[in-house]
Amino acid sequence: MFLLETPPDTSGYMVAGYAIAFGVMLLYVVSLAVRFRGLQQDLSTLEDLDETKA
Amino acid sequence: MQSKSLTLKALDIVSLILLAVSTYLALVFAPTEAVMGQVQRVFYFHVATAWVGMLGFIAAGLSGIAYLRSGDPKWDRIEVAAVEISLVFFFIAIVLGAIWARPVWNTWWTWDPRLTTAAITELIYIAYFMLRQGIEDPDRRARFGAVYTLVGAVSVPITFMAIRLFRTIHPVVIGTQSAEAQGGFNMTGDMKIAFFFALFAFTVIFVDLFWHRIRIGELADQVEQLKLKVMR
Repeated sequence: MFLLETPPDTSGYMVAGYAIAFGVMLLYVVSLAVRFRGLQQDLSTLEDLDETKA
Repeated sequence: MQSKSLTLKALDIVSLILLAVSTYLALVFAPTEAVMGQVQRVFYFHVATAWVGMLGFIAAGLSGIAYLRSGDPKWDRIEVAAVEISLVFFFIAIVLGAIWARPVWNTWWTWDPRLTTAAITELIYIAYFMLRQGIEDPDRRARFGAVYTLVGAVSVPITFMAIRLFRTIHPVVIGTQSAEAQGGFNMTGDMKIAFFFALFAFTVIFVDLFWHRIRIGELADQVEQLKLKVMR
């Protein structure tokens, strides 16, 4: 590889790298949003239960 | 639970813009490296994600100290948030490193000091969540977690210094590298712009995600307390 005059075509690796980086970040952001929404639903359900109990 | 603050909304937008600009700088603006070709562009995100990964692990250790001193559960929430986000970014850094290594070192993975210490660091913090899962009492869980992150933080400087202290094939971009290093290169001015911008962009993205994750921790605590109240 180091004896070549022009750089080798390594663009496939670059695309794979960026695809994985963005994919993992997107998955994490989605997981944060899903967890937040789930907890908000739990909280409103529990608040309703608490009011009924009172 | 308070709704999303205006500052957090602004930080979300700024983070997205910074990520877009950083991607442009890495993929378009920075010149193609003469020997490795396009795969070298992975370097910008590889170093930036490793940086925020290490930053979070250190932040978790400091939160551990704060928890042990004060006993305030807010430090436990901050610690968990820091570890979780850092695990994600450090995982990305390791995967990007493997992808970069394949055409340059002709292997996806080798038990080089830097790669080994990085893998150990990632495993240490995966084990952190396993430890927490195994402890039911919240106070005990927080105390054990604080001590664990404090001890675990030692792995960060070891990983950072591994390429500077040992014979390694992992290149050192800033500083003197080992004679065995393969895949090193001299950064041009445009490469430095893309590199330092990526470091800055990922630091802001880290702060943004950190804030979101802390809010989730607060909400989870509220739910837990209300659950106990309702069950009584």
